[in-house]
Amino acid sequence: MASIDYPLQHPITHEKHMSFSEWLFSWITTVDHKRLGIMYMTTAIIFLAIAGLMATVIRLQLAVPANHLVDPDTFNRLFTMHGTTMVFFVGMPIVAGMSNFLVPIMVGARDMAFPRLNAFGYWIFLFGGILLYSSYVIGDGLQGAGSAPDVGWFAYAPLTERAFSRGASTDFWTLGILIAGLGSLASAVNVIATCISLRCPGMTLIRMPLFVWLMFVDAFIIILALPPLTAAQVMLLMDRYLGAHFFDTQAGGSALLWQHFFWIFGHPEVYILVFPAFATVSEIIPVFSRKPIFGRAAMVGATIAIGFISFGVWAHHMFAVGMTSVSNTFFAASTMIIAVPTGVKIFNWTATMYGGKLRMDTPMLFCLAFLFQFLVAGLTGVMLGMVPFDWQLTDSYFVVGHFHFVLVGGIVFAVFGGIYYWFPKAFGKMLNEKLGKLHFWLFVVGFNVTFIPMHFVGFTGMPRRVYTYAPGRGWEFWNMVETIGVLFQALSILTFLVNVVYSLRSGQEAGDDPWDGWTLEWTTSSPPPEYNFEKLPVVRSSRPLWDLKHPQDPDWKYE
Amino acid sequence: MLAIPALLQAQVPSVGINDITDIFKPLGTQAELDKAAALLVCYVCLGIFLVVGGLIAYAIFRYRRDPNDNTHQEPAQVYGSNQIEIAWTVIPILIVFTLTGVTARIIAASQDAKLPKTALKVTVIGHQWWWEYRYPDLGIVTANELHIPVSDRSEANAVYITEQSVDVAHSFWVPQLSGKTDVIPNRDNHLWIDAHQPGLYLGNCTEYCGTQHANMLIRVIAQPKAEFDKWVENERRAAVGSGGENALEAAAQAGASGAPMLQNASLNTNAQQPQANSAGTKLVQDKLVFESLACVNCHTVKGTPAIGKFGPDLTHLASRSTIAAGMIPNTTADLRAWVDDPQTVKPGCLMPSMKLTDKQLDQVVEYLQSLK
Repeated sequence: MASIDYPLQHPITHEKHMSFSEWLFSWITTVDHKRLGIMYMTTAIIFLAIAGLMATVIRLQLAVPANHLVDPDTFNRLFTMHGTTMVFFVGMPIVAGMSNFLVPIMVGARDMAFPRLNAFGYWIFLFGGILLYSSYVIGDGLQGAGSAPDVGWFAYAPLTERAFSRGASTDFWTLGILIAGLGSLASAVNVIATCISLRCPGMTLIRMPLFVWLMFVDAFIIILALPPLTAAQVMLLMDRYLGAHFFDTQAGGSALLWQHFFWIFGHPEVYILVFPAFATVSEIIPVFSRKPIFGRAAMVGATIAIGFISFGVWAHHMFAVGMTSVSNTFFAASTMIIAVPTGVKIFNWTATMYGGKLRMDTPMLFCLAFLFQFLVAGLTGVMLGMVPFDWQLTDSYFVVGHFHFVLVGGIVFAVFGGIYYWFPKAFGKMLNEKLGKLHFWLFVVGFNVTFIPMHFVGFTGMPRRVYTYAPGRGWEFWNMVETIGVLFQALSILTFLVNVVYSLRSGQEAGDDPWDGWTLEWTTSSPPPEYNFEKLPVVRSSRPLWDLKHPQDPDWKYE
Repeated sequence: MLAIPALLQAQVPSVGINDITDIFKPLGTQAELDKAAALLVCYVCLGIFLVVGGLIAYAIFRYRRDPNDNTHQEPAQVYGSNQIEIAWTVIPILIVFTLTGVTARIIAASQDAKLPKTALKVTVIGHQWWWEYRYPDLGIVTANELHIPVSDRSEANAVYITEQSVDVAHSFWVPQLSGKTDVIPNRDNHLWIDAHQPGLYLGNCTEYCGTQHANMLIRVIAQPKAEFDKWVENERRAAVGSGGENALEAAAQAGASGAPMLQNASLNTNAQQPQANSAGTKLVQDKLVFESLACVNCHTVKGTPAIGKFGPDLTHLASRSTIAAGMIPNTTADLRAWVDDPQTVKPGCLMPSMKLTDKQLDQVVEYLQSLK
């Protein structure tokens, strides 16, 4: 098998010196999937920092009861913008960024199927984000000029109707997300087309790396889940400006209609966001355990199962709205069923480690923390699926704790693992291990100290989205603890940023294959040339580099 | 805000002050059902966490690379096992099946329960950011403090709640009595509760409903039936001072027909001391001041020209222990501060400052405090 040369050889890339404006121009006009991927990820991290600072203010306000750090309107804008940003302008660009950078290079393609559409997707997404944030300057709302949206990230009707949300702040929310959604759709179409039509010779669908499989299924979920949200947002705009009454309860509209529309998007959205995490963990754990993933076919099957079932669970966000007992039971059942394929994934990741030789480098550490934290998130999810328990817990701080375990303990941890893993490929420099481990431990401590107590205050009746609470309800101690945790998290993110800057300047040279990996991205130089591969690779198994490195015992003999 | 302990005074006897909204200390049938489901799923999940978490931890410590191992020898390559895959798919399915069955039973027991015919019917109406409570069979309209009779072994007194909203979505949650049910405009939701012990039950609005969502507090006061009946009797009356059809009522009529009559009118009411007479006269003036202000456009005081519907009913305001939807205690100072400028007490609330003079303020507060 001589289609990939091993030891690896590549052409020397000719770097010519560029002025700053040339450099900027080259990034603005680029259609290179890797550059767009880096731009998506950079944008995501910038938004992460902004929304993280908002969360810090929220936590400072709630550290002590009856606090007056911010007024209620400011607080309501903060949690609305925090949630909206984290979901639509951190989570979504991470999906697009990771699949952009990695999918073509992992399937042995030279770019995405539609490079220009890809660039369009990024810029329209960025425009949506800027539009949303411009509301802080040019928006006008209930509180006068300079009003950001204050209706919560799921913007329940009829709070969003003109009668209760005057001015245009809600429209910034609607249009910002609607426009950014176009970018997500463009990116999803691109991933599907790339996976279907640009796989290198020998890469059958089943031989695609698990990372690619997850992003492939993820793209389908995006295409199916976003339209209900877009439709509902257009209906909301019609309500607000064209005299329609879809959600206008004062004219006979339905408040529940919005909730159904939103959550039939909103729950698949959770899986949209978590798939990059699953994808990353499915690559890192095998490489750092030195074993192939346990039960590859089961992993692919579980992925597809989650994709399907995710469209049948949406009303578990609505157990308290007064559905019939039959509906409640149906959604309880579907919610619990989706725990099964998710559980299978956790079991397979664990089994992959059995009998391995675990290398405890930073990417692996993040994935191991992911395993524990995502396990907790899944189990609290099962608790919430228990409808009578959910009647107590929904919209309490327990839910806040639960979904931060999913979104931070799950997704953000895994994505940081992925950044430590693929940063050398993207920039040719290793991220510093010592700073990486400091980043990891600060984050583990900060995350758990912040979010575990949220479950407890939920048990004792603290509702979410309150700008203040009275002393004497038994919530003071844990709220103070949560706020202390945030400071650790802030320090850890700062450590990460320092690490990136330091490593870009004076990090250790990565070489092509620093982790002794098995997928195609490690066959090309770091950073890869614009065309990725001089010769298109030919593969015979799902671990092409394993085959090359172990010609006497290749995978394709067993697959 | 300084007198918070006062807000919690009449708490449930057997429950510590910090546990008053603890879902694991239920004092109502619904909350007990919820707790049964909660405990089952908590134990199951704890068990799963210990087993799976233990396996992960074991794998990490057992199979970490020996730092002295420089052989680059790869471990045995294992690709999977169908038997194992089937096992760890089927076992979770069985667990899920069990949990779903239990859920279905409790949902049915809770949602489809037949109500006793004697159930007390209450309509809970959500407003931005306060609660209106109507007892349609008793002809009572009140606000922010929901009185219910205790339901114990000697006497079952279920309360059947119909929930409505006049503006946006809210949610009614009193953790010790039941789980929450959303209060949604243009829709009737139902919930039944019963309180097993007399005392105060706290809760919050739990659906984000705008600026002052945080201070849309719920107070449920469960009383022995006899005490509750007394409360009902008082609530059904028109606005009164102390002692029934009393000086104020009579004086008010007199006041309406002119000042010279005041003295006589007061004298006509039996057993009033001279001091009380002058107090009664003063109250009449206070009442006139209140009724001459814009207060009456939004608030109702039953039996008077104040018939506004936008704000809370004030007919028996002085009998409540809190104002501003449970946010502050109903003391003279707090009430005065509230009437003076609600926006400093509860920023963003829908009651504006009426820019009253100090004298008007005193008079309005005195009048409100007479509404026992």
